[in-house]
Amino acid sequence: MVGIVGFSRDGVGYIVVVALAVCLVCSVLVASAATFLKPMQTVNAKADRRSNILEVAGLPSGPDVDVNEVFNDRIESRVVDLSTGEYAEDLEASGFDQRDAASDPEQSIKIAPREDLADIKRRSKFAEVYLVNDEQGELKTIVLPVHGYGLWSTMYGFLALKPDANTVEGIKYYEQGETPGLGAEVENPRWRAKWEGKKVYGDDGEVQLSVIKGSVGANTANAEYKVDGLSGATLTSRGVSNTIHYWLGANGFEPFLKKIRSGNLSAEG
Amino acid sequence: MAQSQAMKVLTEPLVNNNPIALQILGICSALAVTNQVATALLMSIALTAVTACSNFSISLIRNHIPSSIRIIVQMTIIASLVIVVDQLLKAFAYDLAKSMSVFVGLIITNCIVMGRAEAFAMKEPPGLAFLDGIGNGLGYSLILILVGVVRELFGAGSLLGYQILPLASAGGWYVPVGIMLLPPSAFFIIGFLIWGLRSWKQDQVEEAEYQIHQVHRTEVV
Repeated sequence: MVGIVGFSRDGVGYIVVVALAVCLVCSVLVASAATFLKPMQTVNAKADRRSNILEVAGLPSGPDVDVNEVFNDRIESRVVDLSTGEYAEDLEASGFDQRDAASDPEQSIKIAPREDLADIKRRSKFAEVYLVNDEQGELKTIVLPVHGYGLWSTMYGFLALKPDANTVEGIKYYEQGETPGLGAEVENPRWRAKWEGKKVYGDDGEVQLSVIKGSVGANTANAEYKVDGLSGATLTSRGVSNTIHYWLGANGFEPFLKKIRSGNLSAEG
Repeated sequence: MAQSQAMKVLTEPLVNNNPIALQILGICSALAVTNQVATALLMSIALTAVTACSNFSISLIRNHIPSSIRIIVQMTIIASLVIVVDQLLKAFAYDLAKSMSVFVGLIITNCIVMGRAEAFAMKEPPGLAFLDGIGNGLGYSLILILVGVVRELFGAGSLLGYQILPLASAGGWYVPVGIMLLPPSAFFIIGFLIWGLRSWKQDQVEEAEYQIHQVHRTEVV
């Protein structure tokens, strides 16, 4: 049988030509869809991030709320230089994107394997933090972006702390690819509720907050530093624990949080 | 003649040759995305669009596809269409797309799409293949939406997010049936649907693959 003129339909040459043509057409289709729809997807992803920030900070969020309005009204976003804990004034404004920065060699540092608890290889030198003020203009909540590797995926989330920079207000993962029903339970509201009121730093100033294996009972020692593990998801739980240890440790937000505690920064802005 | 054939291709998969109820295809996603009517609707639209477009494009080049690589060519076309649909959902229905997570991507492996491409689009002209895709998509949608309505109504007391039955936890009288929100309930509902359909349309009852053998006392086993 003859397909396109000059080729036998079952010849190797013909097969290769058809395969290439199909691939070419399909790749153009996929690539153009991805490129043209990118701007709209970015807007959606940003609104989704903002609504997660509102949720973790205990502000009104959900479908009935104008996320951008509440966000602009109540939340102040600042860019922090992680090594010093100072605000990076020149990077302020909405242009900074921490995820882009983490893959840009100039704006990020390589993490030594020994220190890389969260298994993220590189991290941005700067991070965007979100400060929530109450009606009187007093600092109410500090929202920190955190991310780290779980079992299958890098999990991105927010950790909200009270103004003492030590007590957890809430945690919310907004992007993860863990096993549905097991590791993906990091998004479960009931598990997230167990974080509220936990303490981060021990008396020695080290990060003590951990996700343990099993559940925290009445007899557990130092229960205020411990959160129930997710059953059936030991590695995801460990990933969450490591993420917290890295990002609240000396290589993460510790310098910034120390400044907040000593009052050197909170008056500003 | 042509018109009646087109009508037949379009309506046959709704009841008489339903892809889920008769051919038992696409069950996986029917269990996964039917706990709310909204996600069931979105999945239905996505699958119908993919089946129709893939049927159309495959039928368009059916005479040029070498038979030795035809499955791969079909897969490539289907996969590309699914990615486009996924991108569109992320741009226009972000929250719903997020709640459906991997299941949009898994349309690629939905047997209905592949099955129609291989069984129909490889033989019939593009127009008819397109209608066949729409028809089968609608047949799938019909079951998905029915299951979604039952699960959301009895599992959460609402339809499309609007509260129909006031929940006991919010001061009403309705105590929701928890299992309705879990995937196994869809198995039961689809089972009852198939039972009902086959009681109505007796010709859909499959012939048993075995025979119950009566053992008589006198017979040596």
